[in-house]
Amino acid sequence: MKPMILRIVTVGALLASAPLFAAGGGALPYHYSPELGNEASLQRGAKLFMNYCSGCHGLEYLRYNRMAEDLEIPEDLLTENLIFTGAKPGEHINTAMPSEPASTWFGQAPPDLSLTARSRGPSWIYSYLLTFYVDESRPMGVNNLVLPGASMPNVLATLEGWKAMDHHDGESDGGHGGSHEPAFVEIEPGELDEAEFRAAVGDLTNFLAYAAEPGKRDRHALGFKVIGYLIVLFILSWLLKREYWKDVH
Amino acid sequence: MGIQANPHKTTGFLGWIDDRFPLTKLWKDHVAEYYAPKNFNFWYFFGSLAMLVLVNQLLTGIFLAMHYKPDAALAFGSVEYIMRDVPWGDIIRYMHSTGASAFFVVVYLHMFRGLIYGSHRKPRELIWIFGCLIYVCLMAEAFMGYVLPWGQMSYWGAQVIISLFGAIPVIGPDLVVWIQGDYVPSDATLNRLFSLHVVALPFVLVGLVIAHLMALHEVGSNNPDGVEIKKVKDENGIPKDGIPFHPYYTVKDVMGVVFFLILFSVVLFFMPEGGGYFIEAPNFVEANPAVTPDHIAPVWYFAHFYAMLRAVPSKLGGVIVMAAAVLILFFLPWLDRSPVKSIRYKGPLFKISLAIFTLATMMMFWLGTEAPTTVKTNLARAGTVIYFAFFLGLPLISKLDSTKPVPDRVTDAH
Repeated sequence: MKPMILRIVTVGALLASAPLFAAGGGALPYHYSPELGNEASLQRGAKLFMNYCSGCHGLEYLRYNRMAEDLEIPEDLLTENLIFTGAKPGEHINTAMPSEPASTWFGQAPPDLSLTARSRGPSWIYSYLLTFYVDESRPMGVNNLVLPGASMPNVLATLEGWKAMDHHDGESDGGHGGSHEPAFVEIEPGELDEAEFRAAVGDLTNFLAYAAEPGKRDRHALGFKVIGYLIVLFILSWLLKREYWKDVH
Repeated sequence: MGIQANPHKTTGFLGWIDDRFPLTKLWKDHVAEYYAPKNFNFWYFFGSLAMLVLVNQLLTGIFLAMHYKPDAALAFGSVEYIMRDVPWGDIIRYMHSTGASAFFVVVYLHMFRGLIYGSHRKPRELIWIFGCLIYVCLMAEAFMGYVLPWGQMSYWGAQVIISLFGAIPVIGPDLVVWIQGDYVPSDATLNRLFSLHVVALPFVLVGLVIAHLMALHEVGSNNPDGVEIKKVKDENGIPKDGIPFHPYYTVKDVMGVVFFLILFSVVLFFMPEGGGYFIEAPNFVEANPAVTPDHIAPVWYFAHFYAMLRAVPSKLGGVIVMAAAVLILFFLPWLDRSPVKSIRYKGPLFKISLAIFTLATMMMFWLGTEAPTTVKTNLARAGTVIYFAFFLGLPLISKLDSTKPVPDRVTDAH
């Protein structure tokens, strides 16, 4: 029910704000709905996170073994392939990068990503990761459409390749609904084609959505049981009330 | 006449207790032989639901306080610890956070019920006033509770609300420092708000609820017809339109409770953030005194007052208007002077005024959560004027409005 409502609201918001976005407003160019039940996607996302993100970003509220348990990753694979800091499996996923020098290097320390999917939303993360473009005026040589002036380098460039803003794109793609996608031109290809890269970013976003609230999937499963029980109880309590109230005229 | 021990002359073990403690008397006076009108409708569920939510808040609060750390350096992390590492912690936390919004939903509907059926009218003025005090206490409790997770909205919400005291002439700035225990909201502030939230205000709240119920049971419940059922009694002195609270309303309220719990569970399990109105997204970022969020919005249940605050150009003026909007509720029993209690027998003038008031207030709830624009600020000004005009106009409306004759007995059985 919620995703449907969200989808309607999001699509509505995107439709309403399409002209605004073209004028440089704050709407997001892409939409992403997490699939917390898709374990393979979450595992791929975890792999991407540990290999490409965890050098700078932590997930300070998530424990390695909680992640392994929820994502059904065997502990030996976890320690061999996913823990790069020498942390024990029961410890939190902290980054090895010390935050004080990091803020000198980047202008500000790379933020912890435990709750980013809740504070900014999955669509924000997805859009952010898809909209790095070459901008020689920036210290890292790239800028970002969703977070202009971002100090993060384009760490996924080996996968995605490099792209630039298409400044010849004078007219927008016209009102045929859906989101307004920004126009980029490819400068150099990466290991993945566009569809594969989007899928990879989707997996990574999905993993961050999981990391923001690991208990969500179980809570949904429990919710159906609780509500099912309450519906039965409601019928019984209604019958009981009707029985007693027969006397009242 | 003094208190007579064991008036119901019970014997055996119960008699032993009743000779020493009014157990049977309390049970009969307040439950088994408390005669409530038989025509309660949908609107009469919200009192018992408010009790349910209060108990929910007290119980879940006890368990949250076992794991929460009232320390500015640890608070945010301890909430995530509850969410992730404490068994059932996320359910308990969401029961509490959803309960806060649910409390206001049922309390607003309960107050509206009083307004439409005249439950504040003589002889129930004190019930209404105790209710208003509960509402004020609840607002303080909810505000302090929202600060505890120590997210960005907790912090900046606290900053905005506490700074309102700074608008008071002469003593304002010192008062703010005294309340905060610091020059900005800080560890000292968090610690004292925790103390007030878990110790002081729950005590006051429970005490006021008891007073509210004692006053209610002293005079008896009103009903959708606004007629006094005690005026028509049978040979045993029992109101002819009254039925014992137990079992009739206990079984009916159980049904209401279960229905409420279904809706509550939908939010609790599937949308605990309430679309950003129950838990705001910026509150998933730890409090940072150096970074102001783009848009500071109150949670939905304060939004109408916040809209009023912003509608007035001067800060002191805004604070006065906001305080007046709460205080005016206390005077409702004397502002409403209609010869009839219930909306059923009131005329079109009252009904139209009430409809405009309700729509305007709902608009204010929405406006308070929106970023202000010129149009929205002007709408909020109109809404503020309508809010006050309704209450202040009630004596005149009562005088001019036509009424229908009120029957001697209640008109509709359940």
